[in-house]
Amino acid sequence: MDALVSKYGGSDLDELHQIEDDDDEVSSSLPQSVSFILPPIDQPAKFLRAMTDDHSNPNAPIKLKHGTTTLAFKFQGGVMVCTDSRATQGSWISSQTVKKVIEINPYLLGTMAGGAADCQYWLTYLGMECRLHQLRHKRLISVAAASKILANLVYSYKGMGLSMGTMLTGVGAGGIFGLYYVDSDGNRVEGNLFCVGSGQTFAYGVLDRGYRFDLTDDEAVDLARRSILAATHRDAYSGGHINLYHIKKDGWVKLGFDDTNPIFWKQKLEKGEFQNVSTTLDS
Amino acid sequence: MASQYMLPHVQQPPSFHSTASQPRQHQWSPYTENGGVILGIAGKDYVIIAGDTRSSEGYSINTRTARKIFDVGSGIVLGVVGMSADGEELARKVARRIDDYKRNHDKHITVNAAAVMLSRILYAKRFFPYYCQPLLGGLDEDGVGAIYTYDYVGSFEREASRAFGAAASLITPFLDNQINLKNQFVPGTNGDEPRKPGDLPMDRVEKIVKDAFTSAVERHIEVGDGLQLVRVTRPPPREAMEDEEEVDEREKTAGGGVLTEVMSELKKD
Repeated sequence: MDALVSKYGGSDLDELHQIEDDDDEVSSSLPQSVSFILPPIDQPAKFLRAMTDDHSNPNAPIKLKHGTTTLAFKFQGGVMVCTDSRATQGSWISSQTVKKVIEINPYLLGTMAGGAADCQYWLTYLGMECRLHQLRHKRLISVAAASKILANLVYSYKGMGLSMGTMLTGVGAGGIFGLYYVDSDGNRVEGNLFCVGSGQTFAYGVLDRGYRFDLTDDEAVDLARRSILAATHRDAYSGGHINLYHIKKDGWVKLGFDDTNPIFWKQKLEKGEFQNVSTTLDS
Repeated sequence: MASQYMLPHVQQPPSFHSTASQPRQHQWSPYTENGGVILGIAGKDYVIIAGDTRSSEGYSINTRTARKIFDVGSGIVLGVVGMSADGEELARKVARRIDDYKRNHDKHITVNAAAVMLSRILYAKRFFPYYCQPLLGGLDEDGVGAIYTYDYVGSFEREASRAFGAAASLITPFLDNQINLKNQFVPGTNGDEPRKPGDLPMDRVEKIVKDAFTSAVERHIEVGDGLQLVRVTRPPPREAMEDEEEVDEREKTAGGGVLTEVMSELKKD
């Protein structure tokens, strides 16, 4: 028990000063999670790139899953998070049912773009760190602090070949909403609105057109769905289902995981959109 | 890659440079592809994982009796395709960890816990990945069939059906259609009402699995020779009047499910 306390216990709780919603509460030293096995050669990163990077080498034996459209935006009612669900390996659609919104805990969500395993693993690890923070400080971690833990973590692996582009979002202590874009290059940016992935430009087009901060909840839901729909329509690497979450003051709510195809036809036939698509073979 | 599709009379353009004068590049290549295909389907009270038994390297067949599906203990099965050396090493490691768990905690690991564990094992080799795609199957705590599918470095997802390996692109569309009833509609509804995928009985799924493999063998050179089919089913109900101590002992050793293996023949050319 003493060993556990000395390992995870922080400084004396009484000494803690009141901390603002910012990043200086992140502990400077992170416990090393696992020791990774490296290939027995001079340049492990070069080896990994030769084996897994199908962009520079189409014959790479290990094809990792790619392709995505994910979006998240802050608005008056909290944060909307919406993604597609397609995973591709080259031109092969390896899955149409990927869960690209990772439920870190009841207050935090992370989106998945880039390497699926990197996102799943490090966001789960972040969940552990957030729980430890909660136990040490007796309150929820802020999204700012959580995102910085993640950013510092992936930065320590920079150049090793990690690949992730994630939006970390949720509610922190005091019901403050946070939205950060964090990627494996080490970027960490705060913002009101982000789209990430191969279909990001298509999603931005629709999202920027309809976005206002004072969107009602229903309007926000429609806009998020419509933006992902646009991306699945124009980006071949995106598709499958539309996965939607709403983050409110007391945590996130899942709003659906719906097949794009019926949504597309409903949008076209009932709203008169996508006039470009003909329903008959003669155009 | 391109040479596979080249006509016999088409020759490679002759090289005018002698290779000796050229700087030669050496590449460390620890991976080989041994072909084969595996497939897993989860039902409401069973799991079926099947694989062919051919192991090849390029156009040479190394063996016709290589198993790709492994019993890793506690009623859990692991299927692996890709490089058989990495696959077997992974299966040994998983079996060892499942055994450790049982000895440390005096109970069987659940499939979902084993699924997370396998993910961590794979991610530990993130910078030197195992060259194999694993598929883990078993019955969950409610006795419902569970298939967990992975990529090379440990991203995972629970799915109802999945094919991995050389002929995955041949088998997956068939599974989509026959198991998940994709693009099928209730007759007479003019394509308005999609057929709902339901609980297929195990004998029907076994027939679908066999059809999937015999069809893949017809069109893929790396698939064939034999079919290894492993079922995980619920243990038969205990007799009512059994000694209580004996029952406890059975519970500890039986795990979530009972494994049965069926071997059958596939074409060998």
